Amino acid sequence: MLLEAPFTEEKIRALKVGDKVEISGLIFTGRDAVHKYLHDGGKPPVDLKDSIIYHCGPVVVKEKGKWVVKAAGPTTSIREEPYQGPLMEQFGIRAVIGKGGMGPKTLEYCQKVGAVYFHAIGGAAQVLAERVIDVPNVHMAEELGAPEAIWEFVVDKFPVVVTMDSHGNSLHEQVLAESKGRLEKLL
Amino acid sequence: MDAKVLQQNLLELIRRTSSQLPTDVARVIDKGWRKEKKDSTGKYALEVIRDNIGMAKTKSQPLCQDTGTIICYVDLPSWMDENTFKKAYDKAVVKATKVGYLRQNSVDSITGQNSGTNLGPGNPAYHFHPAKGKGLKVRMMLKGGGSEYMSTQYSLPDNRIGAGRDLEGVRKCLLDAVLNAQGKGCGPGILGVCIGGDRGSGYLAAKEEFFRTLDDVNEDPRLAKMEKLILKEANTLGIGPMGFGGETTLLGVKITHRNRVPASFFVSVAYMCWAFRRNGIMMTENGKISRWLYES
Repeated sequence: MLLEAPFTEEKIRALKVGDKVEISGLIFTGRDAVHKYLHDGGKPPVDLKDSIIYHCGPVVVKEKGKWVVKAAGPTTSIREEPYQGPLMEQFGIRAVIGKGGMGPKTLEYCQKVGAVYFHAIGGAAQVLAERVIDVPNVHMAEELGAPEAIWEFVVDKFPVVVTMDSHGNSLHEQVLAESKGRLEKLL
Repeated sequence: MDAKVLQQNLLELIRRTSSQLPTDVARVIDKGWRKEKKDSTGKYALEVIRDNIGMAKTKSQPLCQDTGTIICYVDLPSWMDENTFKKAYDKAVVKATKVGYLRQNSVDSITGQNSGTNLGPGNPAYHFHPAKGKGLKVRMMLKGGGSEYMSTQYSLPDNRIGAGRDLEGVRKCLLDAVLNAQGKGCGPGILGVCIGGDRGSGYLAAKEEFFRTLDDVNEDPRLAKMEKLILKEANTLGIGPMGFGGETTLLGVKITHRNRVPASFFVSVAYMCWAFRRNGIMMTENGKISRWLYES
């Protein structure tokens, strides 16, 4: 199904675990350094209300004065577990895109504030880079370095799967429980 | 060998390693894709992965944006020395970073500053050995941070998982490692394993197992049997591609061993993501690439 900006609470609340979603609109990258910066009281250089944060450290090069994305797959999200939920609440972040899923704290905040976790396909840097159709701006690149900077990505039909929804469901919890049970039987 | 030619050859090696998945890995991914249920999210994940493999090769761009730690193994013949080689490889790495075959991936651990060039203390990671023949052999691997995060080391006996100091204990460690990794290391993954050694040599040997192709059979029949067993059992856990659930959790298991001191029994597990980037070349003294070591 399609999800187009603006990313309102109503649209996000309608999503369920297992939904294959294609996102269109402006999203922001943000990973370890950005999350720590915001958590430590730093001011966001962009408006994060109803935003989508993409856990991604892209390869971007300047060609003929324009930013061109060479590779842009997701990075492991669980590292942001201490920060993600509170930042969703504080700034009105509506969703994050990443890989590997997140923990119970983030799941709780997803329910509380009306947010979801989108899982992009890890390592699929080319398929995903192709869906970034414009890079209007970059923030904090000087101090954080290119992979950690906040990049503005305009995406068109960016493919993801909902693996944590705003109703308390997590595909990661389900698969972990199931596989744990199967391993116990094997041993 | 002319320094420029050497540098060009190494740049081409980096380009291919970053953008082309080895055929032995792609084949097993295809096999997994055929196995996954129609319309499942596991199958969908492998579909995207297969598209990505084709696209990266065609566009000559990184398979994955995390171009990882650059690990380089060199067998030096008498006509080449470490310093000359390092100089050329370093230059090729800087160039590869500039044109986007590699991401800026070398960060000062004290200041947090990114060097922007992929050079810095320990980067790239070089391993030099004397060559057996006349050719210069260069093998490299790009190992991403997500998969490295899921690598782990056990010290047996391990009460928590009931693993004793024998092959049955090793089996428990390996299945536990797969369970803990779930989809977080960008599965379906590959395990490189070393039984024994010390903490350092164990991890190193575990990683070196990734230079074996997925279809080769371990020369040690005991380990060959173990590799087969773990692969089969891990794929019954239902973790699936990306941890979405499904049949394809692991693509391969490669095991080696080292002697240990009586007091220690380490099991080192290196986890590799599906974007398994390794390649290698043989070069002659006149600068020709005489052979690519892996089909890609």
